[in-house]
Amino acid sequence: MAHDQAHKLAIFRGTLKFKSNVSKIWGVFVILSIVTTVEVALGIIRPAFLVEHHFLALKLLNWIFILLTLFKAYYITWDFMHMRDETTGLRRAVIWTTLFLISYLVVLLLIEGDYIYEVYKVGFIKFNF
Amino acid sequence: MEATVVKTGTEGKTWGGGNYPLKASYGKMMMWFFIVSDALTFSGFLAAYGMSRFKFVDAWPIPDEVFTHFPFLHGVNAPMYYVAFMTFVLIFSSVTMVLAVDAGHKMKQNKVIFYLFLTIIGGLIFLGSQAWEWATFIKGDYGAIETKGGQIVQFLDKGGERVALRDFAALATTERTEQTEESGIWFKNESEYYPSVSFEQVKAGFLANDNLLVRIQHKDEHGHHIILNREESIAKVVNDGKMVVEGANLRNNEYGHPLFADFFFFITGFHGFHVFTGVLLNCIVFFNVIIGTYQRRGHYEMVEKVGLYWHFVDLVWVFVFTFFYLV
Repeated sequence: MAHDQAHKLAIFRGTLKFKSNVSKIWGVFVILSIVTTVEVALGIIRPAFLVEHHFLALKLLNWIFILLTLFKAYYITWDFMHMRDETTGLRRAVIWTTLFLISYLVVLLLIEGDYIYEVYKVGFIKFNF
Repeated sequence: MEATVVKTGTEGKTWGGGNYPLKASYGKMMMWFFIVSDALTFSGFLAAYGMSRFKFVDAWPIPDEVFTHFPFLHGVNAPMYYVAFMTFVLIFSSVTMVLAVDAGHKMKQNKVIFYLFLTIIGGLIFLGSQAWEWATFIKGDYGAIETKGGQIVQFLDKGGERVALRDFAALATTERTEQTEESGIWFKNESEYYPSVSFEQVKAGFLANDNLLVRIQHKDEHGHHIILNREESIAKVVNDGKMVVEGANLRNNEYGHPLFADFFFFITGFHGFHVFTGVLLNCIVFFNVIIGTYQRRGHYEMVEKVGLYWHFVDLVWVFVFTFFYLV
């Protein structure tokens, strides 16, 4: 049953179509490599504009890193792990569950961490010795 | 014996894995569910890292200044190049893995062997790199002073360049006495690690050298560690200094907050353990492919299942890379 399944060969919402599964794999590899190179270059240069401007308490640079990471995660899951070829039910069971639980946890813990930071800063205990 | 290898024993058993809900076989679906739970474990760790970092957001080490080494390039400041290399190795081994899965779909045994072999090599290179990364991190570079309050104080010259303790610490004037049970208190042992210079030597060398300044863990509004002037530096070292820290362990960390090292060891260690497990699984499947088990079984689904795990390991590394080294 494994070998009779057809692969979906178009990525970027159908704008980029590959002729075979092997060429799609190499195409995705090229995309992932470009994104990683951009990340490393940004991490080394750290452009002043992106470091000094903030959006929702995070530097713009960090937002770019997070978005590029999610972009890479999407293509690893969809094309390397063949999520593109699975049924909608399996895809949603895996992706929606994970995304919901992780964002829930991350938001709560980061708010908590920021709260403790404020307590350390303005509270009566001083760690300045 | 032959039958147990060639057949999985689930054929036609509705409650034994012979059914295909969501058009995925029992094994593949279970691998997906395992991946979901493992992803939650990893995100628990990374979220805890984020929380600790937000707690000490104005005193957290800057990763660019911590991971600056590249093998065989001593003294060259190469932030992140090595981790970038490791990332590429892992992405590439993911590519060879998915090519092996593809070759398996086409029942090309020799191609599966070749690509699985490359995948295993990639995994081993990654594990070796991580061992080197750990060794460098544990060994440390410049060394630092820890204050009584547990803060890390690092040394710079007036030009703002980091200075290593070994370059300015005074020569030892007294012999180091080893703590033994006879001379000390019975429940007290020798300390676990020995810095190459003592705190007194560092203090004497620092006071003798007017060119030296210290910088503290706290950062200014631009995100750089605050550098004290000479008078403040002397006051900091003399009044607050307690011990010498070289490298990193679970309690002290010359790069800054000890939690940084704790999370580094825990998260990259847990990920490295997954890579190690992945290499083991790949090896088992590799030998099964060589002896033709899946060729006789008629499908290479086992390669696909192990492949899912291997891609997951790569997926996790993408996140670890971002949150530990980039952000």
